[in-house]
Amino acid sequence: MDDLTSEFDLVLQAFWLTIQLAALSGVVSVLLGTVLAAMRVGPVAPLRVAAATYVNVVRNTPLLIVFVFVFVAFPNLGLLVGTPFLLKGVLAVSFYTAPFVAEAIRAGINAVPLGQAEAARAIGLTFGQTMGSVILPQAFRAVVPPLASVLIAMTKNTSIAAVFGIVEATARMRYFTNNSPDDTIVFLVFAAGYIIIVELLSVGAWGLERRWRVAR
Amino acid sequence: MARVGRLWIVSGAMTTHRTTDDLVVLDHVDKWFGDLHVLKDVDLRIGRGEVVVVIGPSGSGKSTLCRAINRLEPIDKGTITLDGKPLPEEGKELAALRAEVGMVFQSFNLFAHKTILENVTLGPIKVRGEKKDVAEKRARELLDRVGVGHQAEKYPAQLSGGQQQRVAIARALAMEPKVMLFDEPTSALDPEMISEVLDVMVDLAKRGMTMVVVTHEMGFARTAGDRVVFMADGAIVEEAAPEQFFTNPQSDRAKDFLGKILQH
Repeated sequence: MDDLTSEFDLVLQAFWLTIQLAALSGVVSVLLGTVLAAMRVGPVAPLRVAAATYVNVVRNTPLLIVFVFVFVAFPNLGLLVGTPFLLKGVLAVSFYTAPFVAEAIRAGINAVPLGQAEAARAIGLTFGQTMGSVILPQAFRAVVPPLASVLIAMTKNTSIAAVFGIVEATARMRYFTNNSPDDTIVFLVFAAGYIIIVELLSVGAWGLERRWRVAR
Repeated sequence: MARVGRLWIVSGAMTTHRTTDDLVVLDHVDKWFGDLHVLKDVDLRIGRGEVVVVIGPSGSGKSTLCRAINRLEPIDKGTITLDGKPLPEEGKELAALRAEVGMVFQSFNLFAHKTILENVTLGPIKVRGEKKDVAEKRARELLDRVGVGHQAEKYPAQLSGGQQQRVAIARALAMEPKVMLFDEPTSALDPEMISEVLDVMVDLAKRGMTMVVVTHEMGFARTAGDRVVFMADGAIVEEAAPEQFFTNPQSDRAKDFLGKILQH
């Protein structure tokens, strides 16, 4: 406990790294997931197959193994050698999370009535414009709750990065538990940290949901 | 009567050149949904400025015919040309062509997340590259014309069905289409809202718009139609001027159909 209070800046630094990992991975995986979802419902057959394959392969691979690929296998092949650890962590988490995002968004796309796409095509919008202006904005509104769940799971998944030399919250927690007899307190403090971050996400999602419910 | 395209032989040049007022030409069009033959060898020519009303029992293929004209339903055989150009495959070219064809759906299909004004300006801004203020000015004029100008800032769900359908017409008109397709535009409306939509359509017909109207509104067919096309079981059974069709149908199928709908 004394360690925790005297070195609290280390705790904050670690959570700051967790937040960076989560925020960057969140942006990348939502972008990648949206592209994957659009590919899966698009008119180009090879892209549909490619996206479906990616989703099925990566979604069925444990996150730890994705990390092993990014941190060990790729560097062995000469890829991502000089890449900063934070960026590699973001890549691993995003690769892994994007398929889940894609499936959530695809569910949202399917929930938008077919007539919306037909009306968009009928005024001359291309597939890309139909997606960007008509389908995805409505799909996003429908998928805020499941997407929030995916992003919450993703935030907690960043803790796997602890194993690969990124001193984020979980890695820092281990440092403190190694030096302290008060394991329980340390666990509780770090759990509280995660809860606060995740709760911010939930509040954000709730806010979006409320705003978008009014505007339609 | 139907305006029939004429065949011109240009002497000397040895070219056969088909010129006419025909804006939409369907030539031996066939379509199947699986085993179901929904369009059977359909030939139809629609002249510039003509109002063609397509009627027939449900399942006769009239909606499919309407949707085939802007390739929302691809056809399996035959050709469809629009202003002399055959419909292209799916892609940018087809999108450009669809911009020339206005479409009004039975279920309105207004963009639920956009305001009425945004619904009307989306096409002009995205497809035609118009400036926002120019597009908005014209959109407001169109909304005024169809009588919903004061609703411009609302969302579709806040409007009645009749108002939504009039906005849908304004949205299609904003693209300044060469032809307007109406796929049962009043079938989802409460009776008292039907006339407000039909009024807009009659006005459009009077202004010389080329229209293909799939409808059960026989009154509209009589007052605004230049020609009635009667379909049954995927084929065009009879074509005639409205007065002639309603007073003196030739085919048994049409007599039977009119007998049923005019009974009540």
